[in-house]
Amino acid sequence: MAEHDQKELLTAASVNRRGLLKCMAWAGTGVLWTVSGGVPRSLGLLGEAAAAETQTSGLTFLQISDSHVGFDKPANPNALGTFQEAIAKINAMPTSPAFIIHTGDITHLSKDKEFDDADQAMKALKQTVHVIPGEHDVADADNGKLYLDRYGKGTQGKGWYTFDAGGVHFIALINVFNFEPGFKSAGLAKLGDEQLEWLEKDLAGRSASTPIVVLAHLPLWTIYEQWGWGTEDAPRALGYLKRFGSVTVLNGHIHQIQQKVEGNVSFYTARSTAFPQPAPGSAPAPGPMKVPAEELHSVLGVRTVNYVPGKSPLAVIDTPLSA
Amino acid sequence: MMAHWKITARLAACGLGIALVAAMPEGPSAGETADAASSAAVHIDNFSFTPPTLVVAPGTTVTWTNADDSPHTVREKDGNFKSAALDTDDTFTQTFTVPGEYQYFCSIHPYMTAKIVVKPGAKLSSSN
Repeated sequence: MAEHDQKELLTAASVNRRGLLKCMAWAGTGVLWTVSGGVPRSLGLLGEAAAAETQTSGLTFLQISDSHVGFDKPANPNALGTFQEAIAKINAMPTSPAFIIHTGDITHLSKDKEFDDADQAMKALKQTVHVIPGEHDVADADNGKLYLDRYGKGTQGKGWYTFDAGGVHFIALINVFNFEPGFKSAGLAKLGDEQLEWLEKDLAGRSASTPIVVLAHLPLWTIYEQWGWGTEDAPRALGYLKRFGSVTVLNGHIHQIQQKVEGNVSFYTARSTAFPQPAPGSAPAPGPMKVPAEELHSVLGVRTVNYVPGKSPLAVIDTPLSA
Repeated sequence: MMAHWKITARLAACGLGIALVAAMPEGPSAGETADAASSAAVHIDNFSFTPPTLVVAPGTTVTWTNADDSPHTVREKDGNFKSAALDTDDTFTQTFTVPGEYQYFCSIHPYMTAKIVVKPGAKLSSSN
């Protein structure tokens, strides 16, 4: 099994490198992803007109992730600056997304000042921003108190919540509070029993035809165990979601685009607005990856998601900041 | 081993643990500190703690220094001590007075683990 996984990972890594090169070649455009027959495929270059057309029907929302406000190391000396750039790009979109989701690591070190700066930057957005924390947002000595004081109002447990928009049920899960320390295991993230029970209750009684979008910071599928890129008890959550016809899982954390389809569930990880990270296993550790300054904007980005009622696949468009 | 740890942890949790919180001058009793090494260091580099096992005498103050571009934390598995996020070159110190084995990890990268062993009479040592 280990060997099989390894093989899969190697494939994923090489696909990703290829994908990255493609994206670089396409700098200046968006990339439209569509899911057809259970297999995500890229439709290639997207002109402004095509992008506008795609976004005029149905529900369109936008995902930003891993802004790491406060980060100032060589991989990106001004993470607040690139976050502000991403926000300016969102405001300049021809069709305004209905709302924004931020899938965590808003800040780099969970400092008050970083949260203040991030909030100030997000005030420039016209839309509501639905946020979840990354592990960098709950790294204060009080285990996430700063984050929960700021963003936890009206949420359940340690910050999880749901909302509905355009006929889609959104579930914001938190998997950065219950890490399994890696003394005897891989050190993966965990959702925890309390949250899983809440999820089970939330889903019970919902029609299986309700499209579901799940947000979580760490991936809900194990992308690379050695770096902790996975969620140990995700299979239980996915079990509750199994009967639904359309489930889309949007994650951050790994600062690069990876995707997978399993049954009716599509998984996507997003780019960061701050700095890229190496492909799984391609470096000794998953730290910030320095790329030549002129290439940085091609590996950062935002994502728009379009849902058209009556058609189950959601169209996912990743746009680099250089576009 | 496990049972022993639990007892130690419980003791630490009720009162004796106060000594863990900071390098307060009132803390250590006479016999423990006389020949103890007063300080020791753990380096955080390339997403690992070095040394992975550090053996110290009671009364030793351990300083962790993060040399990575990525932040890390130092969190004891039962919550006996925990740092805030350490940025590059940030340090965290902890004085150990209660003998026992303290397993800790980075709460940002939980696969990073290591331990401090506090042993009466121990000369500063480390092992892999």
